[in-house]
Amino acid sequence: MSVVAIAPYEFTPRDVRENFPAPLLYIGWEDHLMFCAPFCLPLPPETPFGALSAAVLPGIYGYHPDFAKIDWAQAEWKKNGQPWTPDPAKSLAENGLVHKDAIRFRTPGLSGIKGSFS
Amino acid sequence: MDTRVASKKLGLKERYAAMTRGLGWETSYQPMDKVFPYDKYEGIKIHDWDKWQDPFRLTMDAYWKYQGEKEKKLYAVIEAFAQNNGQLGVADARYVNALKLFIQGVTPLEYYAHRGFAHVGRQFTGEGARVAAQMQSIDELRHYQTETHAISHYNKYFNGMHHSNHWFDRVWYLSVPKSFFEDACTGGPFEFLTAVSFSFEYVLTNLLFVPFMSGAAHNGDMSTVTFGFSAQSDESRHMTLGIECIKFLLEQDPDNVPIVQRWIDKWFWRGYRLLTLVAMMQDYMLPKRVMSWKEAWEMYAEENGGALFKDLARYGIREPAGWKQACEGKDHISHQAWNTFYNYNAAAPFHTWIPSDEEMAWLSEKYPTTFDKYYRPRLEFFREQQQAGNRFYNKTLPMLCTTCQIPMLFTEEGDASKICYRDSDYKAYKYHFCSDHCKSIFDHEPEKYVQSWLPVHQIYQGHCFPDGTDPTAEGFDPLMAVLKYYEMEVGRDNFDFEGSEDQKNFAMWKGEAPAQGEQK
Repeated sequence: MSVVAIAPYEFTPRDVRENFPAPLLYIGWEDHLMFCAPFCLPLPPETPFGALSAAVLPGIYGYHPDFAKIDWAQAEWKKNGQPWTPDPAKSLAENGLVHKDAIRFRTPGLSGIKGSFS
Repeated sequence: MDTRVASKKLGLKERYAAMTRGLGWETSYQPMDKVFPYDKYEGIKIHDWDKWQDPFRLTMDAYWKYQGEKEKKLYAVIEAFAQNNGQLGVADARYVNALKLFIQGVTPLEYYAHRGFAHVGRQFTGEGARVAAQMQSIDELRHYQTETHAISHYNKYFNGMHHSNHWFDRVWYLSVPKSFFEDACTGGPFEFLTAVSFSFEYVLTNLLFVPFMSGAAHNGDMSTVTFGFSAQSDESRHMTLGIECIKFLLEQDPDNVPIVQRWIDKWFWRGYRLLTLVAMMQDYMLPKRVMSWKEAWEMYAEENGGALFKDLARYGIREPAGWKQACEGKDHISHQAWNTFYNYNAAAPFHTWIPSDEEMAWLSEKYPTTFDKYYRPRLEFFREQQQAGNRFYNKTLPMLCTTCQIPMLFTEEGDASKICYRDSDYKAYKYHFCSDHCKSIFDHEPEKYVQSWLPVHQIYQGHCFPDGTDPTAEGFDPLMAVLKYYEMEVGRDNFDFEGSEDQKNFAMWKGEAPAQGEQK
């Protein structure tokens, strides 16, 4: 469908890739909703996927007592809602991630503060 | 000399006819469609504008008289409140944060409503609708002013109220109410009325006004209560306009029904999402609680709204598409929203806190199936951390819904352990949403929402730093730069209530004031 308007109605999206220093990636940690929402981060496409768990996520999720217990080999990933198996040695771009993709991970056995999904 | 004609006093009905319907005419120098370019393009068919009913039959001259009288009373109370240091009478300084939310997020909407109604008051070809919209436009401007004046007294004593207009156009969470109204104002005039007069004023307004005004009454804030009374008669006129305009549209032509239904679906959901802020205020920000959000939702939405949509069924209108999900959300959204502001309190110009044990017991009682299971553990964890000197401040920007612009904090229907993610692809890009209904609003008008000014993305695009900021400089602190751009006073407007200047000042003022009874 499209906007009903009195004149042609077409605009450049405000969030095209060129407007950002790096593509945006959305990241969420399932069952840990103490962090109220998934995060949004501009990340260079050449970043190795493995750098997320090693360098990026500790800064944003490290406050949670479950974070130190994560076994990354067990983590289950989804990309835009679909099950997905990333290769940690390859870059974000080589793993097929583009501007504004949303990924999330589940850490089996860890279900937040006192099992409350917090 | 003209012959003097004995003036005949007009009855109420003739007077209304002369002062409203009598003010319009068919243009002859220019075609009507050129003079009124906006009242057909939305596809709404109006055959007879004279069928427009104005049950109040208010004319402009009477309007000025009534409003002037109300104004005098209101300003007398505001004056007395100031002279008696009424701010010291509030239950607890935490209460003032509800007022901050109001002046930051609600008052600017009155101004938007003023502009919106002024616009549609120019654009309809029917005089009855034009006059009603013009009066509401003036009401809204007056509400904007009286709210500002009523709250300005608090601004002398408390933080978080000094730059509310500046914040409205910049601060991340205020893009939620701002985008709501900009969406409405950029629709056509009939969509605007369906959005604001019907879906918001008629269906949802009690959920906005009653919690704030009865919250004020319970918490000793007589200034705000008086403002509420002063606005009440206007609100009932606005609500009547809302229901009358919907019935008028539906009665004029059966082709209008599907268009109006889609607008109701859209605007009910947008309004409901906006009210998340009120839900949070009601359950967490009032030291003396009135009723829970859940109770208010059941009373004002489920009971009243349910009856309304049964009544509209004869026109072929059903309840809004998101109704069931909105009802399910009553057990969750206040807790999820408070957690969000607790997370991002470094960047919000009001205070948050962990509820006391007593307050948590109240929440458990009001939310027996959800509070202890999902929300209490995180609050208790936060409290332990805070007491150990490790108060949680989330410093990484969140993912936002493209439509409602709220951080993606809402969970799946029936499963509060999972964030609800939805997305759509449109012309090479992906867009994300918090719910099926925000997604369907986007899918219907993607060209509109690809322009969303999403605060998080704007920060990453470098648009939310003060002029001359160099983000590549060594030691650049993006959060501090954003707060500077917001013109927030770091350490006074933001952070936890515990240890805040508001808390200290209020305790000091109360401590130094003579105890009641000693004055006599």
